[in-house]
Amino acid sequence: MTPLLAMVRKDLQVFFSDRRAVIMSFIVPIAIASFFGSIFSGPGNNNEPAKIAIAVIDNDGSGISKGIVTGLDGDRNLRVSQPSEADAREAVKKGKTSVAIIIPKGFGDAAGPAFFRGGEKPPLDLVYDPSHNVEFAMVRGILTEHVMQAVSKEMFTGAQGRQYVEQTIPQIQQSSNLRDDQKRVLVDLLQSVVSLNRQAADGAGSAPGLTLPYTVREQAMTSGNVAYNGYAHSFAGMGIQFLLFAAANLGIEILLERQKGLWKRLRSAPVSRLMLLAGKTASGAIISLMTLLVSFAFAMVVFKVRIAGSVVGFLAVSIACSIMAATFGLLIASLGKTPASARGVTTLAVLMMVMLGGAWVPTFIFPAWLQQLTVVVPARWAVDGLDAMTWRGVGLSGAVMPTVILLAFAAAFAGVAVNRFRWEEA
Amino acid sequence: MLTVKNLRKAFGPLVAVDDVSFAIEPGQLVGLLGPNGAGKTTTVSMITGLVTPDRGSVAVGSHELRGDTDAAKRRIGLVPQDLALYDELSARDNLRFFGALYGLSGAALDRAIADALRLVELADRERDRVKTFSGGMKRRLNLAAGLLHDPDIVLLDEPTVGVDPQSRNAIFDNLEMLKQRGKALLYTTHYMEEAERLADRIVVIDHGKVIANDTLSALTVGAGNLESVFLSLTGRSLRD
Repeated sequence: MTPLLAMVRKDLQVFFSDRRAVIMSFIVPIAIASFFGSIFSGPGNNNEPAKIAIAVIDNDGSGISKGIVTGLDGDRNLRVSQPSEADAREAVKKGKTSVAIIIPKGFGDAAGPAFFRGGEKPPLDLVYDPSHNVEFAMVRGILTEHVMQAVSKEMFTGAQGRQYVEQTIPQIQQSSNLRDDQKRVLVDLLQSVVSLNRQAADGAGSAPGLTLPYTVREQAMTSGNVAYNGYAHSFAGMGIQFLLFAAANLGIEILLERQKGLWKRLRSAPVSRLMLLAGKTASGAIISLMTLLVSFAFAMVVFKVRIAGSVVGFLAVSIACSIMAATFGLLIASLGKTPASARGVTTLAVLMMVMLGGAWVPTFIFPAWLQQLTVVVPARWAVDGLDAMTWRGVGLSGAVMPTVILLAFAAAFAGVAVNRFRWEEA
Repeated sequence: MLTVKNLRKAFGPLVAVDDVSFAIEPGQLVGLLGPNGAGKTTTVSMITGLVTPDRGSVAVGSHELRGDTDAAKRRIGLVPQDLALYDELSARDNLRFFGALYGLSGAALDRAIADALRLVELADRERDRVKTFSGGMKRRLNLAAGLLHDPDIVLLDEPTVGVDPQSRNAIFDNLEMLKQRGKALLYTTHYMEEAERLADRIVVIDHGKVIANDTLSALTVGAGNLESVFLSLTGRSLRD
C-alpha cells in the first residue's frame, strides 16, 4: 500500500471510529434538511395555503363594513375571528394573531363619497405584529381587494349608494363650476346608476361591485416533468453545510495530530510534503463527498428528490464541492494555531459561508448588495449547482460554471494552505 | 553510523543549537543530556528532518541526508517524546499505517508488525484500541512504531516519561536487545540513572552547545556519579 493510500485509509478509519463525527456528518444533516424541507416545500399536494390569522372588529355596522367582513371571512388565505377590540389587540401583542383590522364608526358613510369624489378618505386601523411583516403586507393587499369590492357594490347597488347618488344629482345641477354639457353627461351617468340600483332593489340581481379584472394561471418553472421539491434545495444546503463542517473537522484533526506529536512521526518518514497534503485532501474530499451523497440518497428515497438535470453534472458539482471543502480544511490547518481556537473561528466561518451561500434561505431574499457579495462565497456556487442539477432540471451546461468556480476556490485554498503550512516541528 | 556535524539552528534571536557535533557507532547507545531548553529536542528534530538546520549536516553512514524524501531516512526511526499514536485505532492498525509510510506492505508489513509487537510484549493486545491501553503500554507501542521498519538508527526522545517501573524496565530490556542487534541509539533523558545504566557514551548539551562528550567512565572519574558531573557542568540554577 502506498503512503497516500495508507493515509486515506487511516483517516477514514479514524473518522468512522468516532461515533460523534459520523452522527454529525450523516444523521444530523438529514434531520435538519428534512425539517427545512418540510417548511420550504410549500403547502403540499392539496394546494391549500397556510391561513393567516386575522381579527376584524366592525365598529361601523354599515352595509359597506359588513361587506368587508363577509369578503375577508370568505377569503381562502385568511382565518378570520371577530373578537372585541381589546381582545384583538391582546392577541396581536401575544403573537396569536398577525393583524387586527378595526373598522371605525362612520367608515361606510365616508367611504362612499371618497370613492366617487376623492377628498377626505376614512381611515381603517390596522394593528399588526411587527415580527410578521410578510403576512402584514399580504393582508394589506387582500384587504384592498375586499374594501374596493364592498364599497363599489354598495355604491352601485346598495341603499346607501342610491341615497348618495340621489343627493348628488341636484348638487350637480346647481353647480356653477361645471358647463351645461358636462352637467348633462354627469347627471345622465348618475341617473343610470340610480336606475341600476333600483333594478337590483327590485330583485333583478345585485352586481358584485368592482372585482379583480383577471385571474392567474400559475406555472412553476422547473424541468417541466418534475414538480418542485423543496427537499432538493434543503438537502443541497444542509449537505454542503455539514460537508464543510466535516472538512473543517479534518483540518482541526491535523492540528490535533500536531499537538499529539503525530505530525513528527509523519514528517520523519521519507514522505514528501506534497504527499502528506495530498493524502489529507483526498481523505477530506472522500468524507465530504460521502456526507453529501448519503444525504441526497436519503432525500431521493424518502422525499422523492430527483436529479432532473444531468447525473454527470450532479456528480461533477458534488466532487468539485468536496475538493473545495477538503482544501478549506487544509486552510484551517495551515492558519490555525491550536485546535480550540481554530474550532471557534471555523464554526463561524462555515456558518457565514452557508448562510450567505443560500443554504438556509434562498439568496433572493437578501438585499441587492448582499446578493452581489455572495458570488465570492463558494457555498453559493455549490448550492446553485446542485439546485440546477436537481429540481431546476438544467442540463450538463448548468454544472460547468459552478464546477469550474468551485475548483478555482479549491486551488486558491490549497495555494494559501501550502504557503502557510507550518512544516517545522521543533 | 550517524554523524552530526556543526549543526546550528536559531529561532529569531534565540540560538537553540550552536555548532553541535557528535557521532554514534553501531551497537552503541549515546545519551544526550541537558537541562530544559538546552537544545536536545531541536537537535533530534534536525536529525530527523523535522527542522531544517541553518548550518551543518547529518550523515547516515557516508550519505549526507538531503530533503524530506531521502531514502536514507528509512534507516532512521524516531520515538518521539509525545505518545504519537491514534487512540481510536487498534495497535495493529497504528503500526500498519506507520509501516506503510516507510513503504512496507503485504507479508513484510505483517511480519514487521508481529515482530515489533512481540518485542514490546503487546502481541496479545494487537486488536485493541490504543485508547484502552495504560500509559506504559502506550509508551511501549510508541517504541514499537519507531522500530517497525527495522531502522539502523533509533532516536529516542525521553521514551520513559510517565511510565511505571515495570514498563520502564521492559523498555530498557528492549533497548539492550537493540544494541545487541547492532543498532545505533540516541537517547535523550532527564533521568541520570537511566543514562548511567544504558549509555555507552554521554553528550551533555547546554545553551545549544556541546559541553561534554565522553564515555560514562571517563566523565565520572573522581566525581562519584553522573548527576554530580551534570550539575557541575550545567550549574544549579533553575531552568524553565
